[in-house]
Amino acid sequence: MSLPPSLPLALTPSQTVGPFLAIGLPWPDGPFVVPEGTPGAITISGLVRDGAGKPVPDALVETWQAAPDGSFAHPDDPRGPADPAGFRGFGRCPTDTSGRYRIVTLRPGAVPAPGGGAEAPHLDVSVFARGLLDRVVTRIYFPDEEAANGTDPVLAAVLADDRRATLIAVAEPGPGAFRFDIRLQGGRETVFFDV
Amino acid sequence: MATDVPRAPGRLVFPSYQRPAGVHPPLASPAYRSSVLRAPQRPPVPLAQGLTEVTGPLLGAERVTAADADLTTRHHGQPLGERIILTGRVVDSGGRPVPDTLIEIWQANASGRYAHGVDDHDAPLDPNFDGAGRCMTDSAGWYRFVTIKPGAYPWKNHLNAWRPAHVHFSLFGRAFTQRLITQMYFPGDQLFAQDPIFNSVPDPMARERMIARFDLAVTQPEWALGYRWDIVLRGREGSVFEPEEDR
Repeated sequence: MSLPPSLPLALTPSQTVGPFLAIGLPWPDGPFVVPEGTPGAITISGLVRDGAGKPVPDALVETWQAAPDGSFAHPDDPRGPADPAGFRGFGRCPTDTSGRYRIVTLRPGAVPAPGGGAEAPHLDVSVFARGLLDRVVTRIYFPDEEAANGTDPVLAAVLADDRRATLIAVAEPGPGAFRFDIRLQGGRETVFFDV
Repeated sequence: MATDVPRAPGRLVFPSYQRPAGVHPPLASPAYRSSVLRAPQRPPVPLAQGLTEVTGPLLGAERVTAADADLTTRHHGQPLGERIILTGRVVDSGGRPVPDTLIEIWQANASGRYAHGVDDHDAPLDPNFDGAGRCMTDSAGWYRFVTIKPGAYPWKNHLNAWRPAHVHFSLFGRAFTQRLITQMYFPGDQLFAQDPIFNSVPDPMARERMIARFDLAVTQPEWALGYRWDIVLRGREGSVFEPEEDR
């Protein structure tokens, strides 16, 4: 008989995904939070680069977001049971040999902020890669939400304007097309968050 | 699982998750050479957990079949190697089981070779082993895989560098904050001391938590060796639960 472990239990540490994540993690429908061609769908694509500016061809980008009405398909959303009608909210795309990823989804709605007020529409992003011993977390905001971005408490916590800019996607030609590059390290390093 | 978050009139109340302190490896761990150009140099910006962070994808059941948890029966013949059972429980740091959550694993074959085009280790591929598995935890947080013990393999991090045998594990938990990808190791491996990935975890006790233990009770006579490995994800702040009796 062993004694029950004392609480809180100590956490299991993180380790890198390594170079062979493609064996276990990609799903054929991973990049498609909604099917291509869904009315109102947007695409977010970009390049993951390292500190030397070289593309990272063995990363995995995951996104999590609210539905267009700002609700989450999750029991811990205290506003009650949402019905985002099958909206998965989760996207997953490995980078290709040129370091690119692409997610097809719907625009998220604004979300109530923990301290009152609202967070501007955003996606949470996890990046995993060989060389990253733990995931890094960032957020994607939208360039055409200037008013909402201006009062977003998370963006406000990023004090330098040039750093804040790394969190805002760039509109691309074409309807609903956005670009969001991720720079893991270096001069224009993407802002990463401790969540 | 029923939510136990109280509703307060006029404002939203939702759980928050404990922040790990000193458990995970520092991203900048230069002994692991691949980290040198990939680890961010700026400290992460603290983010107050909001609804996006305390919720997360609850998915998996629709994309997992019972056969996905057995990596030894997916091809015409049986894979070479030592058949093993890997089982354990996923709980949070408050002792609360994490039920119905997707676990994905991937690993090298018994010769230490991954079924991946980038792996150029001069060891044989096994046509009966692809090295990928997935399962859902049950209502009490238990998972169980049948696979073969992966081999050690060389890599080019430093002269005569070898990875200890390991299985990659990916877990979602219940919230974005609980997402975890890690590696499970085998007890008594002589390669731990020279491995910069294993040793990137600063606390020796925390490193031990990545090592499964051999378990005769899990071992099945005349068939497979059993290993037990429990996984602890971040728990909710201010919500500590007594763990249930060990099964």
